[in-house]
Amino acid sequence: MHKANQLMYKLQELQFSALEVRLYLDTHPFDQKAQQDFSTLTYHIMQIMPQVEQYYGPLLQYGYSKENPVRWIEEPWPWEYKY
Amino acid sequence: MWIYEKKLQMPIHIVKQDLRVAKYLVTQYGGPDGELSAALRYLNQRYTMPNKQAKALLTDIGTEELGHLEMIATMVYKLVKGATAQEMRAAGLGSHYAEHRDALFYSDANGNPWTASYIQAKGEPIADLVEDIAAEEKARVTYENLIRLTDDPELIKGLQFLREREVVHSQRFREALYLVREDMVKYKNKYEIDNVEVKDMFKDTNITPKDILE
Repeated sequence: MHKANQLMYKLQELQFSALEVRLYLDTHPFDQKAQQDFSTLTYHIMQIMPQVEQYYGPLLQYGYSKENPVRWIEEPWPWEYKY
Repeated sequence: MWIYEKKLQMPIHIVKQDLRVAKYLVTQYGGPDGELSAALRYLNQRYTMPNKQAKALLTDIGTEELGHLEMIATMVYKLVKGATAQEMRAAGLGSHYAEHRDALFYSDANGNPWTASYIQAKGEPIADLVEDIAAEEKARVTYENLIRLTDDPELIKGLQFLREREVVHSQRFREALYLVREDMVKYKNKYEIDNVEVKDMFKDTNITPKDILE
């Protein structure tokens, strides 16, 4: 697997896990283990995000990414990826 | 407010054109139990949801459903890509081609356009959450049906992922329903009810208070 794909896949894994814990926390807000998992996942996502963006350009429209905003309009868009 | 993230929730690997499967799959885009119905139902119900956990859940699941809508769109887009008018006609997509060429459109497997009558907002939390649980179960069954209609292992992987998400959402909505019932017992006035039989309100769930409350 190409390095860029690998990093994107890792980010997708981490974000999926964070979302899963988020939904769990909605109905179990005081679960300490879930709170801990949530903050660990958040930390890892913030670490890997800039690495992914080096290959893919900014992933978020505005406000979060340090990547060159010119790259936002670059293809491929998510439905155009070729693996 | 929403912010777009330029990635899919999960990678979709589709290399082979398959118009017949695309024709069925589109129902999860714009059909009665599809992702558009799900997202719009939850994001609309949240405004009048009185319970704070349920309000957060409707927002978060509604948002995830928009991501699933994008995954389904990507599958359909890739399955149809490059097809000629004659190929589409042969696969039963001739009327789609006449109206939309190869564009995506919110319709069910028979080409019926999406309608707001697929969804409801009753303004009462038990009615709304029970609808949401039913919607997740119906979406789960649709994914199971779609998995049987294809033999592409990569497509099956994506559909299995989405099926599992419906199972998780259903579970979370069941917990929210429990919390709402508990809330109703505690704050009868807020919900405009007087005599609630606590036992009756929980008898059809297998969730115990210990599962929810720390």
